[in-house]
Amino acid sequence: MTARIGVVTFPGSLDDRDAQRAIRLAGAEPVALWHKDKDLKQVDAVVLPGGFSYGDYLRAGAISRFSPVMETVISEAKSGMPVLGICNGFQILTEAHLLPGAMLGNDHLHFICRDQKLRVENAGTSWTSDYESGQEIHIPLKNMDGRYVADERTLDMLEAEGRVAFRYLDFNPNGSLRDIAGITNEAGNVVGLMPHPEHAVEPLIGTGRTDGLPFFTSILKKLVKA
Amino acid sequence: MSRTPLDTVEHAAETPDVELPWAELGLKKDEYERIVEILGRRPTGAELAMYSVMWSEHCSYKSSKVHLRQFGEKAPQSDALLVGIGENAGVVDVGQGYAVTFKVESHNHPSYVEPYQGAATGVGGIVRDIIAMGARPVAVVDPLRFGAADHPDTKRVLPGVVAGIGGYGNCLGLPNIGGEVVFDSCYQGNPLVNAGCIGVMRHEDIHLAKASGAGNKVILYGARTGGDGIGGASILASETFDDAKPSKRPAVQVGDPFQEKLLIECTLEAFQEKLVVGIQDLGAAGLSCATSELASNGSGGMRVTLDDVPLRDSTLSPEEILMSESQERMCAVVEPDKVDRFLEICAKWDVIATVIGEVTDGDRLEIYWHGGKIVDVDPRTVAHEGPTYERPYARPEWQDALQADDAGKLPRPETSEELRDQVLKLVSSPNQASKSWITSQYDHLVQGNTVLAEPEDSGMIRIDDETGLGVAIATDGNGRYAKLDPYTGAQLALAEAYRNVATTGAKPLAVSDCLNFGSPEDPAVMWQFAEAIRGLADACRQLGTPVTGGNVSLYNQTGEAAIHPTPVVAVLGVIDDVARRTPVAFQEEGQLLYLLGDTREEFGGSAWSQVVHDHLGGLPPVVDLERERLLAEILISASRDGMIDSAHDLSDGGLIQAVVESALLGGKGARLVVPDGLDAFTLLFSESAGRAVVAVPRSEEVRFNDMCGARGLPVTRIGVVDGDTVELQGEFELTLAELREAHEGTIPALLA
Repeated sequence: MTARIGVVTFPGSLDDRDAQRAIRLAGAEPVALWHKDKDLKQVDAVVLPGGFSYGDYLRAGAISRFSPVMETVISEAKSGMPVLGICNGFQILTEAHLLPGAMLGNDHLHFICRDQKLRVENAGTSWTSDYESGQEIHIPLKNMDGRYVADERTLDMLEAEGRVAFRYLDFNPNGSLRDIAGITNEAGNVVGLMPHPEHAVEPLIGTGRTDGLPFFTSILKKLVKA
Repeated sequence: MSRTPLDTVEHAAETPDVELPWAELGLKKDEYERIVEILGRRPTGAELAMYSVMWSEHCSYKSSKVHLRQFGEKAPQSDALLVGIGENAGVVDVGQGYAVTFKVESHNHPSYVEPYQGAATGVGGIVRDIIAMGARPVAVVDPLRFGAADHPDTKRVLPGVVAGIGGYGNCLGLPNIGGEVVFDSCYQGNPLVNAGCIGVMRHEDIHLAKASGAGNKVILYGARTGGDGIGGASILASETFDDAKPSKRPAVQVGDPFQEKLLIECTLEAFQEKLVVGIQDLGAAGLSCATSELASNGSGGMRVTLDDVPLRDSTLSPEEILMSESQERMCAVVEPDKVDRFLEICAKWDVIATVIGEVTDGDRLEIYWHGGKIVDVDPRTVAHEGPTYERPYARPEWQDALQADDAGKLPRPETSEELRDQVLKLVSSPNQASKSWITSQYDHLVQGNTVLAEPEDSGMIRIDDETGLGVAIATDGNGRYAKLDPYTGAQLALAEAYRNVATTGAKPLAVSDCLNFGSPEDPAVMWQFAEAIRGLADACRQLGTPVTGGNVSLYNQTGEAAIHPTPVVAVLGVIDDVARRTPVAFQEEGQLLYLLGDTREEFGGSAWSQVVHDHLGGLPPVVDLERERLLAEILISASRDGMIDSAHDLSDGGLIQAVVESALLGGKGARLVVPDGLDAFTLLFSESAGRAVVAVPRSEEVRFNDMCGARGLPVTRIGVVDGDTVELQGEFELTLAELREAHEGTIPALLA
């Protein structure tokens, strides 16, 4: 018996198949979810993948946040179901107010694709337990609107509560405040980050590192234990 | 006041003396007369619109087709070719039941007028060509040429083009895995924006652009039709630019990558359910092209009701609807009982789909508007029987003087210090410098199958997770070589792309090309064009790699000044297991560096002659295609048998450029020695073709040498991977840090 992890496809999702592959490589069962469908098909966790849902028109994630599937994802997440938002998925999570803050355009105004060094700041979430706190990892980053912003009070609160999950190291690729690359909610079941762990799961492919695989093994262990 | 009567076929027959604006639409007088002769009457306005765009240089290849025939006539026998020239893109068998389709096209003129949209829609167009074959697109590549790197207009054009390629391609979820960026003042005012795409399918999924089966429905789906891009093919791509004319910006199309992404997904879903009889994308010449090509390639005729075309602008005339190049549209032919399901899939993806006509028993293409018949033509006369020109061509009188101006006579560095300075100057020159500022704006990782991407010698994509089957693609073209000798220059472009694919461990299979030249009305340009095609066709035959399709872009010139003749060649290869791929980067200290091939004093058209002396003259390097084939075989065998850990082809910039790139990518230096029989300068800067540098683990030294010896490939030990400097013993030493600063700092300093 393994865990079933849903991956939502919105119109304009791009890394949905990649997220499914990462889930499979970790040993869990990926389940395709459709944005128009409120039914989560009894999955144990959900990944909101990267891409340009609705072309990022209006604002990245702003339209997807209102899709039928998100109604269920929002209510389930509030009752504790693990949800991971990658890149565009992170943007959707902030638009849905499951995570605080917002994403602006990169400060240099260009799309950027690079192998990014990160520090795992919180290894206590549903998606990070296979990392050590303080561990330094490389995960590819690729986005146009990746500059994480929030008001000072929110940032202080995130820091105080240990809710900054990942921080950019050596180079801040987009101007994110306090080098924040990813955050978690209070309960630790909802995590969002701009880098793409699903693109660092096979030694031959992409950057050739597998530093992203622990995201998917973390959640698998948690779900199987539960 | 009376309404202007609709210009129907009937009306045209009754009013033979009405003057039509054929010249404004880009037709020549004799071409117009030919249309009248074909129809037996004057054309209607709508018919004139169709003929004018379809008979444009861009769509009809009227100046080039007498030469392009050689690609078919000289095509080598190849078991790999499943679909050849003439379809939207060629299709190649890569084994295990997979087929790969690929093609390179140009979007040069629009990208100069409006860099962002011009480049973006170039990506959109080539991607639709690939899906029209039934394939899922898996990667894109972008060979680019700009004016001088420090020219102010380059700072306008390049960032716009790069942002457009990224903005569109990234949003489609297609990894950008290769291409080139070249600067040369000859491209000032005429940048070359070529775009290539690869798609993968199973053999049984190949689709063709033809409308067959009377009663089958013609469905237009995708974006609504607007007034953008009207005359893009006939006006932009088929004339030279002239400052005196009004802005051509309205002739550039505007792209919506989100719409295209939906179009890809819904098309692939329709293919999967086998709902499609024939399919054509709407690119240049829009509906005129799609309807006439579908009808003329099929067995019957076609009837279309133009009133049913969904419009973005309700005031468009039928002529404009037929000519519009609005993006993100496709046309499918579907059996009547499958139409509902097809429309359902479109609805699922929020894609507008409308039945606009049907296949008929006859052999006419008939188009109706407001109840009147406004087009009644034999579709073949529109799509395939356009004019053919035997344009005069002649070797330009300056060619001899250019070739006599031997680069070998240029002053060479005399001291170690000069040699060292020239190495730094070379690796930091805009053409030889790292392009990561540009390529980092492209997503090369999406789809999770990217094995190699720029700056590797070829891009490589895994196409089967289980077996590790993969394909590789490289694009190359050196306009400087081609200017010196177009025949040899085109062969060198092929040789380099072929070598680049083999260097990564893949077997070269087939070729696509994008032939960028000046005005065909200039006999010197036509000679360059004819020579380049002859050279390329001859070389393809010898290497056994057929041309599967491609594109011609003419009129790349401003006033009298044409660009360098620039045939860009893409070679597609296959690798059985991507785990065996060979990267450029040095992997381990202590590995031995070998130079494969012969190094001669060849500096004509070289990067050294450009960077150090701003010189272009002499002859390009000699081509030896049998040597290229042998080198490729050795590189592929060595990769498969684990005898080499890194490899880099030698091309512009010569050996030192290759070694510096491998060192910087691997973060490991090299100690080099000048082998017997060569001098330091020639070793470093010669651009002799048919060469590569490989790093061999010491355990494989004997086996590797034996293999090269047995097969007759010259192999010369030139050093070892070592330390954090690049050193030429007895001459100079450069630290990786200073090389990195020189190599990586140039482009951001010029453009960021």
